Amino acid sequence: MTGLPAQTAPAVKEALGGGPEEKGGGGGSNGWWHSDAGEATRRNLGLIGVLAGLILIGIITQPELYGREGWWITNVWAILKLGATVGVVAVGMTFVIIGGGIDLSVGAIIALAGVWSTTVATQEMGTFFMILTALVVGVVVGLINGFLISYGRLVPFIATLAMLVAARGLAAQISNKQTQQTDNRTINAIAAEDFLGVPILVWILAVVVVLGWILLNRTTFGRRTVAIGGNVEAARLAGINVRLHTMMLYALAGLCCGIGAVMLTSIGTSAQAAMATNYELDAIAAVIIGGTLLSGGRGTIVGSLLGVVIFSTITNLFTLNALSTEVQNMVKGGIIVAAVLIQQFRFNSLSQFFKRNRITAAS
Amino acid sequence: MTQHDPVRRRFLLGGAALGAGALLAACTSNDSGDDNTNTQTQGGNNASPNANTAPGKKVTIGFSAPAADHGWIAAITSNAKAQAAEYSDVTFTTVEAGADAAAQRSALSTMISQKPDVIVLLPHDGKELNAFGLEAMKAGIPVVNLDRAFPDALAYRLQIKGDNYGMGVAAGNYIAEQMKAKGVSNPIIGEIAGIDNLELTQERSAGFKAALAAAGLTVANRRAAGFTVDTGQAEMSQLLQALPKMDALWNHDDDQGIGVLAAANQANRKEFLMVGGAGSKAAIEAIQADNSVLKCTVTYSPSMASSAISLARLIAQGKGMSDLVELQVPKEIILASETITKENASTYLPLGFS
Repeated sequence: MTGLPAQTAPAVKEALGGGPEEKGGGGGSNGWWHSDAGEATRRNLGLIGVLAGLILIGIITQPELYGREGWWITNVWAILKLGATVGVVAVGMTFVIIGGGIDLSVGAIIALAGVWSTTVATQEMGTFFMILTALVVGVVVGLINGFLISYGRLVPFIATLAMLVAARGLAAQISNKQTQQTDNRTINAIAAEDFLGVPILVWILAVVVVLGWILLNRTTFGRRTVAIGGNVEAARLAGINVRLHTMMLYALAGLCCGIGAVMLTSIGTSAQAAMATNYELDAIAAVIIGGTLLSGGRGTIVGSLLGVVIFSTITNLFTLNALSTEVQNMVKGGIIVAAVLIQQFRFNSLSQFFKRNRITAAS
Repeated sequence: MTQHDPVRRRFLLGGAALGAGALLAACTSNDSGDDNTNTQTQGGNNASPNANTAPGKKVTIGFSAPAADHGWIAAITSNAKAQAAEYSDVTFTTVEAGADAAAQRSALSTMISQKPDVIVLLPHDGKELNAFGLEAMKAGIPVVNLDRAFPDALAYRLQIKGDNYGMGVAAGNYIAEQMKAKGVSNPIIGEIAGIDNLELTQERSAGFKAALAAAGLTVANRRAAGFTVDTGQAEMSQLLQALPKMDALWNHDDDQGIGVLAAANQANRKEFLMVGGAGSKAAIEAIQADNSVLKCTVTYSPSMASSAISLARLIAQGKGMSDLVELQVPKEIILASETITKENASTYLPLGFS
């Protein structure tokens, strides 16, 4: 581990962290194991450690399955496909939370967009229109959220909580509480087919994550988001149109939900008003585990992705070992705490800890 | 460079938004053209009229069920409505059950003051609404409890429910029998259950386990989903990873089964036979078509709501069931869980709910 060449460290940091502008990540010959390495980088490496630990537990407990030829790669895809929808939603959620807000309505938006895009009338208009409907519904609901928060001055928690209830109500109304199955082959193929050996769902997740990373780290929009989340007043004085920008953040989250709705409709070959239940909690948990500050101003897309993957790996691990859901939920709670603790761990403080102990032992 | 005219731009944007809105609003329609309400009713205007279906004393039936969050509950409400409409002598009133037991209780107390002849209810929770049952019975209104039992026998006049334990037994027996017929000596059996906190899920699983144990079989891996399509898909996708080869699977609920089947298709897995639960129309059609892993489903039919309305009417009119010797309707009816396979699918198709 210590053999990592110094010059590759910034590149690794940049890939794992939030980019060159991250605090303390901008250079210097110090490696990531030092406490002055990029905050985000160290957090994400902590998460990778947790992930590696989970996979190791899987290999130890189920050597037989891992020994099967070609099994592990199908398992990797199964884990990523399981987290793909939440992952896409978590990208939008990361933007909203970095911008100082929160969106509790993501699950409800998915249900509304999913149901709206699978009504008999929409399905008759074909694949393109189904996808368009899901995306437009997502964006429009997101805009309504953003408008209420920016211009209606509602607290994000309240505005999106109201949307959570209302959107699910509308979804139930439209679907008449029935499960709307889709026999559209193109839609259903999204969850069933591979492209270049990689499942299409995983491609969608990858594209959304990469675009999200670029948008956050390489565009004015992204940097403004961080600025607003860090200090609204300073951002406003710097000439950023905070209200418009905030509205756009919720629209972006809505767009991600629209994409998620298409994915989830394909995954279940149907949509219903109860779909994507608790997705808001899964997405927020993943974002927070990923090291994004709940109060805004700091966070990484890669961290959120790792958070999602850790959650789906836990579910996978428990299923492989045929353990009950109750135990799984308890462990999930424990891992949320452990992941955050591991991220705060500093190698330097460890040596200081030893030093201090030696001193106390001597005296 | 063109000059941007802000007014024109806003106008265009507004127009586009309106157009999109109108287009979207148009596609919320779910009318597929064929006017098939798909409810399960008996007597009155269709099928065999008998002594009991002949119009009698005019009665008012009050009805309450939780707001539908999935197909089965939706079918309960629509069946009750449709069955009441079959009788010219029945006035049907419903109250919204609200979000939880407390809300249902307060909605129902207004119903007592309206003095219907009989109340049919599917409680949010039998234990929590037991007191309401007692209150209504004390006020002289017979209560028909639908599916979720009151612990107190004084709280109801009639209890009609499905057999959750029997459902598990039926699924277990079918799988045991099929495994024996196929000569699989040590079958790997999976189970996708519903919500573990619910008594009905625990009863189903207990019945399944007992029936398998009687044949010397055990469940290799059991996952609890959430009675929704996406949770069914998610649990199944991981279960398939855990069991690279599976011989049989019981999924507790046909609605969540849509997701379970989707996961099997997506993973290209066909080596096992699947048994469903509840008896939805889509599941029965799939069994009839015999082109998927779904070979059987064990019923827990929402047609019980139709029967409950018929019996409530008889109770209010003081009649008994014409085929029985007794002059009054019995106090408890537990419906048998029936096993639907390719052979009898056509008989059951009219009872399937969507």
